[in-house]
Amino acid sequence: MRVLIPSALRSYTGTDWVHATGDTVAAVLVDLERQYPGIRFRMIDEQGRIRRHIRLFRRQQMVFDLAARLEDGDELLIVQALSGG
Amino acid sequence: MSANHIHPAVLVATRKGAWIFRGDASRQHWRADGPHFLGHIINHMVLDPRDGRTLLAAASTGHLGPTIFRSTDFGASWKEAERPPAFGPAVNGLEARAVNHTFALTPGHSAQPDVWFAGTSPQGLFRSDDGGRSWSPYSCINDDPQYRKWFGTVQDGTPDGPKLHSIIIDPRDPDHLYFAMSGGGVHESVDGGRHFAPLIEGLQVVEGFDATDASFHDPHCVRLCPSNPNRLYQQNHCGIYRLDRPASRWQRIGVSMPAEVGDIGFPIVVHPRDDNTLWVFPMDGTDVWPRTSPGGRPAAYVSHNGGDSWVRLDRGLPGAQAWWTVKRQAMCADAQDVVGLYFGTTSGELWYSRDEGESWACMAQHLPEIYAVEVTELP
Repeated sequence: MRVLIPSALRSYTGTDWVHATGDTVAAVLVDLERQYPGIRFRMIDEQGRIRRHIRLFRRQQMVFDLAARLEDGDELLIVQALSGG
Repeated sequence: MSANHIHPAVLVATRKGAWIFRGDASRQHWRADGPHFLGHIINHMVLDPRDGRTLLAAASTGHLGPTIFRSTDFGASWKEAERPPAFGPAVNGLEARAVNHTFALTPGHSAQPDVWFAGTSPQGLFRSDDGGRSWSPYSCINDDPQYRKWFGTVQDGTPDGPKLHSIIIDPRDPDHLYFAMSGGGVHESVDGGRHFAPLIEGLQVVEGFDATDASFHDPHCVRLCPSNPNRLYQQNHCGIYRLDRPASRWQRIGVSMPAEVGDIGFPIVVHPRDDNTLWVFPMDGTDVWPRTSPGGRPAAYVSHNGGDSWVRLDRGLPGAQAWWTVKRQAMCADAQDVVGLYFGTTSGELWYSRDEGESWACMAQHLPEIYAVEVTELP
């Protein structure tokens, strides 16, 4: 499926949209890590929690549970929440 | 090495990236190389003195998790650590934690060329055995119930998170280690880090709290004298201290500072060859703790007698209306015959002295808030 990468993480991917496989959000993130080593830890902490200023969206809905299932045709949008100064 | 072959480089870590200022042999002319990692929060950048080429930078951003970047070509290219510092899963019935940022990087003993140590926020101690590529937690600290109590909560730490810092390796013995925590006190290991114990006797705490409890201790910066590894100096939340081992009781040496300035500050810098000479950079620790230069008149203070007396060093620094200060990792000394001093300010100015603090000049201004300054030598 297509995954939208936020600007802060494009140093890993080199592009905004990438392809990754998996039937859950967690599995897609694992596939992203396989393709772009280091990218997952910047989004997900060592306890498996989505970092404070990272947001994941599927079908216009925010994802809170990495076990959320993805279906054919879904796109995963990764965005950086407003923060900082 | 003759003076003609020395090319000093000042490694500057800031809230918005990192810079390397390369100097000539006279330390009079400097060239800015950067920014590196523009927009990233860089808490510390350190060159490995053992190989003279491995540069590590502790990075995070406002949005992303923390990591370590590594360069072996003096910053021309960077590669991310394969396994940055990260805590383990929950054990001992304790809450699982996540590293917010790596704060301090310390090369290991000269006899252990690939070993590095890292201190994090929240407080955690980590070690790399492969030159900074992968990092492992010290569970005996990070997951120990007693240490967890001493760590306190996020509210007990500094405004941008409690920190483990001032990791010191005894140059005579790689198994002899110290570290400090804000908050949580100073700790020592004599068995290579398998066990640590508090080293807080003689240190004061905020009035009304129990000085025997490491939880209430806030060492800001601890340094060991290269010329006398038995001697440690410390800038603490509650004054300036000296400790001469094997004694274990810290002596408050800041009491001889001018009363109108006080002995509160963040950094402390030791002379590379004279264990009686040290520098501090006081800040206003009165009232609501402005953490600015006292009276808006910044100055370093030097002692040449182990802290018995102090001399103000402000020639060249602003004489009024300068309300910045210097953070705990943002002041250092080089090792030249006439020692050079370097510090970065919260207002993004980089200052240096070529004469041990007798006079100061501004190397750069308008940088982001400076978190750390290290000086080294590059080819």
